[in-house]
Amino acid sequence: METLFGLDYPTWWFLVVGGLFSGYAILDGFDFGAGAWHMFFKKDSSREVALKAIDPTWHGNEVWLVIGGGTLFAGFPVFYGTLFSAMYTPFILFLLFIIFRGISIKFRNMEDMPWWRKMWDWSYSISSIMLAFLLGVVLGNILNGMPLDENFEYIGGGFFEFLNPFSILVGVTSLALFMMHGAIYLLLKTEGKLYNRIQVFLRAGMAFFIISYIITTAYGLINLDHLLVVFKENQILFVIPFLVFLSIANVPRLASKEKYGWAFIFTSLTIALLLVIVAFELYPRLLWSNDVQENSITIYNAAASTKTLKIMMGFVAVGGPLVLLYSYFVYRTFWGKVDLNTEGY
Amino acid sequence: MDVEILSRIQFAFTVAFHYIYPPLSIGIGLLMVVFESIYIRTKKKEYEVLAKFWTKIFAITFGIGVVTGIVMEFEFGTNWATYSRYVGDIFGSALAAEGIFAFALESSALGILLFGWNRVKPWVHLVATWAVFLGSMFSAVWIVVANSWQQTPAGYHIVGEGMQARAEIVDFWAMVFNPSSVDRLTHVWLGAFLAGAFLILSVHAFYIIRGRFVVMSKKAFKITLIVAAVSSLAQLFTGHNSAEGVSVNQPAKLAAMEGHFKANAPADLYLFGWVDKEKQEVTGLKLPGGLTFMLHQDFETPVTGLNAFPVEDRPSQVNAVFQFYHLMVAIGMFLIVLSLFALLQWKRGKLFASKWLLWTFVFTAILPQLANQFGWFAAEMGRQPWVVYGLLRTSDALSKSVQANQVLFSLLLFFIVYAILLLLFIYLMNKAIQKGPLSDIDFDEGSLNKEIANVISKK
Repeated sequence: METLFGLDYPTWWFLVVGGLFSGYAILDGFDFGAGAWHMFFKKDSSREVALKAIDPTWHGNEVWLVIGGGTLFAGFPVFYGTLFSAMYTPFILFLLFIIFRGISIKFRNMEDMPWWRKMWDWSYSISSIMLAFLLGVVLGNILNGMPLDENFEYIGGGFFEFLNPFSILVGVTSLALFMMHGAIYLLLKTEGKLYNRIQVFLRAGMAFFIISYIITTAYGLINLDHLLVVFKENQILFVIPFLVFLSIANVPRLASKEKYGWAFIFTSLTIALLLVIVAFELYPRLLWSNDVQENSITIYNAAASTKTLKIMMGFVAVGGPLVLLYSYFVYRTFWGKVDLNTEGY
Repeated sequence: MDVEILSRIQFAFTVAFHYIYPPLSIGIGLLMVVFESIYIRTKKKEYEVLAKFWTKIFAITFGIGVVTGIVMEFEFGTNWATYSRYVGDIFGSALAAEGIFAFALESSALGILLFGWNRVKPWVHLVATWAVFLGSMFSAVWIVVANSWQQTPAGYHIVGEGMQARAEIVDFWAMVFNPSSVDRLTHVWLGAFLAGAFLILSVHAFYIIRGRFVVMSKKAFKITLIVAAVSSLAQLFTGHNSAEGVSVNQPAKLAAMEGHFKANAPADLYLFGWVDKEKQEVTGLKLPGGLTFMLHQDFETPVTGLNAFPVEDRPSQVNAVFQFYHLMVAIGMFLIVLSLFALLQWKRGKLFASKWLLWTFVFTAILPQLANQFGWFAAEMGRQPWVVYGLLRTSDALSKSVQANQVLFSLLLFFIVYAILLLLFIYLMNKAIQKGPLSDIDFDEGSLNKEIANVISKK
């Protein structure tokens, strides 16, 4: 098989897709986190500030989902078809919450009636919570594996099959992680009383995350043996969980010193490192077949042709820096605290 | 109902609903760029007001367009898994390219466009407006390329058999510039310009009738009328090119569009009619040999008809394809007549003299939307029974693991949610239009206030 700098093309594409979804989790993660806290703000003006904190940038963040989906579709079409059709209902629900999240942000401030704003506040917050949770449920089921036949078709049950204990735990942990991450983002964008209030939220968020992370990890260690093989065989890899530990431990330390910029970098790093662990647990598989091992979907049996992967590596090489450049420019433009008087269109 | 028909209804419904918005975004985007450019050049405040007003409307259409667009990307996987595996190499790469090269640009720049008026220099803001507009144009490029490949596959080869069969790219540029890409892309772009332009004409015609923002609206109306006239005329050529392409590449579709059954005979051109598929007859007003003339510039050359194809390879809904196609053409002709007549009135200095003409423009906003929908329905229903023309049948493209009750559930959810979305869209658009362009613009300087007061003072 052809290689590029010693790695074959499906492996490169595995890294590209992984990198894009890590970027998505970090970027839209704080949007979801901010949304999950939304109903804890009591005053209309606080909610408006919290929304304005993400309003100029969430569109750009959501792009990572669209690109991630496109690269997954193009690079691993077999996996794309199987995963999405197997988890039909969870993905449809994900879409509906994506719709409600988006229109809630857009429509909330277009009217002054309290009931109107309250309705969209609820819609925004519930959607954000459900999106964070569903992303975790999908990840949990990928780690858990599914029954697949020799054509890589899903042969298990419907919606409730996917609400297994491990996936629910991963869902809750994602929500907690994003809430911690989102609270820190909001601290970077707010001041005064609201800022003080979010500091309290952050403490609750950190506790929520650490507890749910420990429970989920313990459950995984006991019940999901297949994920641990790679770590038992290559003990050097234990350095990654250790780095995760350091990264998580850094967040409360930095938060207590009110160094939220750094704390944000470490919650982002935590998200990335957790996904690195997922990548090692799976590689070279994309989806475990639970009953018949040979039916597992791997990056090799799911990959598009090498030619296509090469073309798309070109896309990424040209487009990737451009996307980062746009993002840098937009974040720089809206850097600093939200000021309700100068925003808006 | 079985999974196939439910999945087809769901995809048709979600994509048709989605397609209300992106054409508006592209069309309004074009005029936002025009208004803002004039403002930057002339520093005349009314163009700033116009640019800001249409940006506000744009924000509503763009928002709904984005959230309803992600639905389709996911549906390829959820409902059409076999299709996804079959075309992932090709269709997937076009989608990925759309995300990386187009959607990222427009979505990032959107933040500056909507919230950056006071944060960046005016020329930087204009760059952002351009970026959003160009991003939406590029989006159309990749999406139309992907769809055109389904109509006229090129630059690929088939690997594997049965369940494992799939198309792989052999020649990337041949795939991108497949036989129908360019004709269909230009047709889609112009359709989008028309959707946006006629909405803007409608709103400003309404203001002129009501005597609000009259001076500003007259200027906006004239600029937009030029865009509408050029686009509607140019649409005639792209439409003709498209139809010629269809006659070569998808003869069964062309035969359905004109209700032409005889396997190998000169074909007529209907102005309107009704197709009886069983009797193989069309009742209506026709130009005998007209289709032959359009394609070959004579009245004798035979045109391939539906009967030249095995029954299982013909589109089943011939009358629907015929009607959608003819309605689209009729609307296109009407738009040409209306915009040329308005230009004539302008030349005679009577553009705003007659109320009925302005009222016609008010109601015409819906027509390009309908033409866009009808055109796509004709194109997609005419491609049946294939999802990838000649290669993969729609009935073979489904997700094997999805049950009918799951699709029924999601279809009902989409019906409900999209009904709510449509009502909200109409409500918010109506409200923004009733309120008008001068509601909550910040007046920083007294002089600006005065200037705007002069501009809007009714004549």
